Amino acid sequence: MTEVTVTIKNRAGIHARPAALIVQTASKFASNLWLEKGTDRINAKSIMGIITLGASYGTPVRILAEGKDEEAAAAAIQALFEARFEED
Amino acid sequence: MSSDEKKFTVLDLLDLDLKEQNALDLRCIGGRKGLSREITTPDLNRPGLALSGYYESFAWNRLQIFGRGENAYLKMLDEEGRTDNLQKLFAYPMPCCIFTHNLSPGKSFFAAAEAADCPVLQTDLPSSEFSSRVIRVLSDIFAPQTTIHGVLVEVYGIGILLIGDSGVGKSETALELIERGHRLVADDVVDIRCVNGSILMGQGANKVIGHHMEIRGLGIINVTHLFGVGAIRDKKQIQLVCGLEEWDSNKVYDRIGTEELTTEILGVRVAKLEIPVKPGRNIPIIVETAAMNERLKKMGYHSAKEFNQNVLRWLESENARALYFNRDDYL
Repeated sequence: MTEVTVTIKNRAGIHARPAALIVQTASKFASNLWLEKGTDRINAKSIMGIITLGASYGTPVRILAEGKDEEAAAAAIQALFEARFEED
Repeated sequence: MSSDEKKFTVLDLLDLDLKEQNALDLRCIGGRKGLSREITTPDLNRPGLALSGYYESFAWNRLQIFGRGENAYLKMLDEEGRTDNLQKLFAYPMPCCIFTHNLSPGKSFFAAAEAADCPVLQTDLPSSEFSSRVIRVLSDIFAPQTTIHGVLVEVYGIGILLIGDSGVGKSETALELIERGHRLVADDVVDIRCVNGSILMGQGANKVIGHHMEIRGLGIINVTHLFGVGAIRDKKQIQLVCGLEEWDSNKVYDRIGTEELTTEILGVRVAKLEIPVKPGRNIPIIVETAAMNERLKKMGYHSAKEFNQNVLRWLESENARALYFNRDDYL
C-alpha cells in the first residue's frame, strides 16, 4: 500500500473536470486507487465518487494505492494535484 | 461514533432538516456561544435530581430535558433566590438544556447558562413526544455507518446493492433498470447505516449532488430530470447484494441456487448473488429476476429448493415403482 498526502492547490477545488482527469489517469493503472478526505474514502476510478467527496481549495487529501504498479499510480495522481489540474 | 469521525454539535442538531412527524421544532433562546458543543451520546436526561442538589451519577453528557416539572422547580428556586444550585449544575459541561412545551426559564437560569456558554434550546413539543423524536433522530445519527462503492437500486420493492470493479457495468445495469421503471437510490457512493442493529439503510452520500449518474460515453446525467421523480428514491433498505464480475472461466458459478451466499455489512448478514458479466448477457433482466425470486423466497417459496424437492419425490416414486415391478414373485 502506497500512501501520499496532497493539498488541493487550484482555487475551484475538485469539480467535474479535475475529477475526470483523476479518473482517466487512475484507469490507466491496474492498482486499486482510493482518495481519502477525513474519514471518507472513495474509489479514485469513479467520477461521481470524487465529486461527491467535495474537496475544496486547501483541503488535504490522501492518495492510497494498492497493487503491482501502486507507486507509479500514486505518483501520477500526485502529479495531477501538484500541477493544479492544469488550472490556475 | 468514534472520535476520528466528524463531530455532531448542538448547531448540527438545530440544523437538521426533518419533516412532519420527525420535526424537532428546536430554536436557540440562550447561550449561543456554546452551540459548538459536541453531542457525544444519543441519550437524554431529566435533571430533576441535579436541580435539587443531588449530583451522584449525574449524566451530564446527555441532552438535558426540562419539562413542566423541572421548569416549575426552577421557578420556585428563582422566587426564593436560590441560584447556587444553578451554578453547580452549569459547572458540568452539558451539551445543551432543552425546554419543552414552549417553556422558558427565569432570568437567573439564562444568566448562569450564558456565563457557562451552555446553549439553551426550546421546542413546542411536549416532553414525551420530543424525547421519542430526538432519540429516533439521534440513534440514526449515531448508528454505525460505512461507505461502499456501488449502485443502490430499488427493484420490485427490493433494495439491491450492485457492487463490482470499475467498468464492469454497474451504472449501465442501473440505467436499464431505471428505464424499465425501477428506482435509483444512489450511484457510485452509497452511505450505509445500520439502524436498530439489523437493518441496513442505504442512501446517497451527498444530497446536494442528488441523483446523478456517470455513464461512459454520455458523461454525467440527471436521472430525476430525464426519468422523472418516479425513478428516484432517497433511501432504501439493502436486502440483496449483487456482485457483478467479469466472467472467469476457471470459476464455478452457482447453477442451481440452493446454496445461499451471504455477505456481511456492518455486522449484518445480507443475501448475496455473484453474477458473471459477459458481452451479450442481459444483466438487468437477471437482476430483475433475482429481485422477484427474492420476494418469492420472502413469501416462503424457494424456487430451487422446491424444484429439488419435486425431483427427489419423483425419484422416490420411480424407485418404489421399480421395486414393485422387479419383484421376483411378480405374476
